[in-house]
This record gives sequence, structure tokens and C-alpha cells, in this order.
Amino acid sequence: MTAAIEVRAVEKRFGNVGIIRDLNLSVAQGERHAIIGPNGAGKSTTFNLISGHIKPTSGEVRLNGDVISGLRPFEINRRGLSRSFQVTNVFARMSVWENVRCAVLWATGHRYAFWKNVDSLPEVRERTAQILDDIHLTHRRDVPAGLLTYAEQRELEIGITIASGATVVLLDEPTAGMSHAETDRAVSLIRRLTEGKTLVIVEHDMSVVFGLADRISVLVYGHIIASGTPEEIRRDPKVKEAYLGEEAH
Amino acid sequence: MNAKTTSTPTSTIAGKPAGDGLRFYGIWLAGIAVLIVLPLIFSSGGSLTSFSLIGIAIVFALSYNILLGQTGLLSFGHAVHYGLGGFAACHMMNAVVSHGWPIPLPFIPLFGGLGGLVFAIIIGWLMTKRAGTVFSMISLGIAELVASSSLILRSVFGGESGISTDRTALPKIFGLSFGPQLQVYYLIAFWLVISAVAMYALTRTPLGRISNAVRDNPERVQFIGYDPHVVRYIAFCFAGFFAGVAGGLAAINFEIANAAYLGAIQSGLVLFSTFIGGVAYFFGPILGAILVTYLQLGLTSVTGVWQLYFGIIFIGIVMLSPGGIAGLVMMHRPLVRAGTLPTVIPSYLIAAVPTLALACGVILTIESISRTHSGQGNPINLFGVAFSPASPLTWASAAVLLIGGFFVARLSWRRVAEAWDRAATVARDRGYLA
Repeated sequence: MTAAIEVRAVEKRFGNVGIIRDLNLSVAQGERHAIIGPNGAGKSTTFNLISGHIKPTSGEVRLNGDVISGLRPFEINRRGLSRSFQVTNVFARMSVWENVRCAVLWATGHRYAFWKNVDSLPEVRERTAQILDDIHLTHRRDVPAGLLTYAEQRELEIGITIASGATVVLLDEPTAGMSHAETDRAVSLIRRLTEGKTLVIVEHDMSVVFGLADRISVLVYGHIIASGTPEEIRRDPKVKEAYLGEEAH
Repeated sequence: MNAKTTSTPTSTIAGKPAGDGLRFYGIWLAGIAVLIVLPLIFSSGGSLTSFSLIGIAIVFALSYNILLGQTGLLSFGHAVHYGLGGFAACHMMNAVVSHGWPIPLPFIPLFGGLGGLVFAIIIGWLMTKRAGTVFSMISLGIAELVASSSLILRSVFGGESGISTDRTALPKIFGLSFGPQLQVYYLIAFWLVISAVAMYALTRTPLGRISNAVRDNPERVQFIGYDPHVVRYIAFCFAGFFAGVAGGLAAINFEIANAAYLGAIQSGLVLFSTFIGGVAYFFGPILGAILVTYLQLGLTSVTGVWQLYFGIIFIGIVMLSPGGIAGLVMMHRPLVRAGTLPTVIPSYLIAAVPTLALACGVILTIESISRTHSGQGNPINLFGVAFSPASPLTWASAAVLLIGGFFVARLSWRRVAEAWDRAATVARDRGYLA
């Protein structure tokens, strides 16, 4: 079976500075894959490279076997890859309902239509309502997204990300800045909503990573030093030295 | 405040709860009724002309808000589409007359719209590649380009004198000649209703919603499948079309199109109207267009420095109420719903007195300076009281009003703010305010 995401020998340089060096990553269909690594290792850059936010200097990225590196973000999104952002990135002046509905529109085939009433599209309405229900924000549907609490905004961020029905979902630190209770809620939310999908997640919270991931890759200085099951990663001496070891001090 | 604990009816906050369809249609029907009845009440030639100009200005401002309020594009050259629409309409009218085509006058604004649209299609793709400052600067450049071309390409734009036309020479429809201003007014009102309904409907389409998303966060839009460039481009084309319709109406009204139609002043005026009215609400530009056109017509006859007052009003609105008049109006909605508005009104009335005094002080100062310096010493007429611009008594009263008004107004507006806080707290407790 072709991998959901295949990153081959990707490099990203900003001027003379190599942020990502010879990055290789393979995520199987339906797998929950976590990318961990110290601050500044290039985790978010990796997401930006996969999702088309920035273009690799060399190397290629494949989504379900097709080369997507060089495509623009919306082209990649239309092929079934969706991502969230580390810093909350919602439509602040629009209501929660509108936020999710906008994310539903392309996938339901309404595109740039200016001849349809957006309020009378049954499949759009149902899907939006379903997602709001999934992310537990139905009671906040008419509140402008900018006025939500931080945790609610993070949940909305996840809602927007999954709304298009993408089969490959990239979540960039979805629980950053959350309390324990909120993190637990978010993790069960992620687990439920990405059922049957391929999930790649960047995360600092090790309990989240080891609880959620089928496989883990460790990124250090723009290079993946180890990739394997949580058990393998825990035992890997290189990882202990470079990353987990530091934390154990 | 942890919002999760307030399970009170927060659904009323963002407006438009389900089931107020009746009120929604009621507002539109009331608007149409006003348009029909207005000339019957104010039937003088002067007021008919004013209403016609206001109608045109509303269509133009609404078209501008497709860009500014809905898509977040600050254009400094929107009058280009208005002007080209006007020229297209004039040329079309002349062609209809000379070729004997069976196209009556009421269809002409459509050709104005096409003029605006075609130019938007040609120039828009390049212009909307980027939003923000880049877009604004390009719009300024294009505006200059077209404005200077209009004086060079004489056969198309008619040079200094412009292209004139005769609206009564077109084929008649329903026996209407469109000679009298009343008939022209109703033609403009008709197109105003059509355009306003169409532009409102546009905000309720997938494209309209995504335009808002592009305005709020163009980066994120790319990750939900949309190309923000395409969204901006289509919105730009619609704005160009309706600006062209407004230009076509102006061409019919004045029976001429000239370089002033597409110049920087016209572009500035529509930005001004839209912003003063308030870009966040659909009806904002309508209020702005009414006020600005009315002021423009009214102020020019009483003062030589009317642009200065425009500037002061604009700065005042930008600084004190960035949401414009519509923002000010809608701010009171939660209070109305919570029933606490009456607690604020008395403080408003108290604050109005020193504010008015301050305004009088400003007017006296501006007028006495401008009238003494321009050498024409005609008296300043303020609420029936005549002030001589050269008299020290006038300067003294101006100073007293200005300084006294300022300090008392500050105090009284502080009281308004306190009353507001109390009313808003109650509204918040009752769940009408986030």
C-alpha cells in the first residue's frame, strides 16, 4: 500500500542556513504519527513543507503516491490533506458557525458559487452542525471566533481542520497552552475525530504523544534521527541522548 | 470570565437568530416604500435632485463595500469603474439614438455596469494578486493611469468637456420620456433597489462568505481549499460591475460623463462615505452615502471650506468610532434587547449640550479664520445668530465655546461611559452581550 505521506530527501534552506537537512519520513495510511523534537528542531517547518506553506529547496513530498511538493496550499488541501496551526489561526470576526461552514464549502462542491444561497444548502448545514457538535461548540455557534476562550479556539481550529473531510490531517501542537483537563478533552476529541484517517501530530506533551501515536519520529536539527513505535523510541539510545535524555536530567 | 459557565442565550449575540425573517423582509419593504413615497412628500426640484444623487451614491458606496468591508481590500481608485461605467452608458445612449436600436433608457445602467465589469476583468487579476498595501498602491496607480488617459484619449473620453448625451432621445418605454427629474428619480430608485438586493444576496452566497474569510485571514483560507486570489478577483469584478451601474445612473442623471467621474476626488468620496457609514454592516455604506451626499450638497452652500469639515468629521469618526455610524447604532442593540437603553439616554442628552457648544466653537473658529483671510468679511450665521468674523467678540465666544465645551464635554462623556458600563453589565448578565 502506498504511504499516505512520503517525504524524500527534503531540504529547506533560508539563505545559507539549512533548517531541514535530508528529511525522510513515511506515514502509512490510517497511522497516527507523532513528530517530536526539541524547540527549533524544524517541526513546524516540516508541516509547512508538507502542507505547501513553504516550498522545499530540494527533495519531494508525496501524498498518497502523488508528488505534491511545489503545489500551492489550496491545491494540496483539495487533494485531501488538511492542517491546523500552532498559533490559533481562525476567522476572528466571523461566528463559530461561519468558521466551520467556510471550511465545509469547498469539499461539498460549492466552490466560488455566487448564485446559491449559502443558508439553504442542506448538506453544508448538516455537516457544519455535525462538526460543531463533534467539537462541542454548538452552544457557542453565533459567537465571533475572536471572542472564544483559548481552549475553545483550539477546538475550533481542529474543527476547521477536519471540516473538509480530509483523509490526511496534520495537527501542529493542538494542546499547547492547555490545562490538564483541557488537554485530556482535546486528546479524546482528536482520537475520535481522526478515526480512520491518517494523523500527523507535532506535540510537546509526552503523555499525549505516547498515548496517541502508533509511531513516533524524532526530529533534531532538521533531521529525523529515529522513527519507530513508542516502545522503540523509548529504548533508542540516540533519542535518549538527543532529546528524552535531556528532559530526564 | 470562563464563557463555558454561561449557558445563557448567547445565540442572540451575533445577530440574525432564526425566525426573524418577517422583520428582515419588513426592513427591505419599508426601504422600498420610503423610496416610493419620498418624492411625493418633498416634491421640489432641489430635493428630487438631492434624492437622485443620494441614490447613485448609495449604489456606489455599496459596491465599494464589497471590496472594503467584505473582502478587506482598500481601493483608492474605485471611481475608475464608476467613471468608465458612466462613459460606457453615455456612448451606449448615443449609439442607441444614432443606430435606432430598440433599447429604452431603463436598460442603460446595465451597460454602465458592463463597462465597469469589463475593466475590472481586465485589470483585476493583476491587482488582486496581493491584498493589503500592495493592492491599495496598485489601485492608486491604476486610478492615476485611467484619469490621465481620459484627458489624452479624446475620442473616447471627450477631453475636458466630456461626452454628453440626451436621455430623452432614447426609445420610450411605458410612454416615459425621462425628461422630468421625477422620472429619473424613480429610474434611479428602481436600480438602487435591484442593486442593493443583488449586493445583499451576494453576501449570502458561498463566495460572499469566503470573501469574509479572505478578509479575516487570507492565509488560513488557502488551507480550506480556496485560492484567496480568485476570491478577491471575483469580488473585485462584482464591485466593478455595481460601480459601473452607479456611473451609468450618474450619466443618465447628468446627461454627461467627464474626467471628474473617474478622478481621485470621486474615489476619495466613496471611501469616505463607506467608512463613515461603517464597513462592518451591509447598511453602513447606505447611511454614509446619505449623510455625505447630503452634507456635500448642504455645506457647499453655507461655507467655502466644506472640505475642511469633511476632514474633521472623517478624523472624528476614525478616531472615536472606527465602526462608523452603523457601528454606533449596532452597539446599542444588546442594550435595547436587555431593556437597559433608557438608563443611558439621559447621560447622552447631558453630553449633547457641551458637545454642541464645542462644535459651535470649532465652526466659529474655522469660519472667522477662513473668512478674514479670504478677505470676504460676510457674517457667520450660526443658528440664527450673526457673528462678524473680524470682531474680537466673535473670537472670544469661539474661545470660550471651544475650551469650555471641550472640558465639559470630556467630563460629560466620562459620565456616559459610566452609564454605559452599568447598562452593559446588566445586558451581559441577561446574556445579550458577550
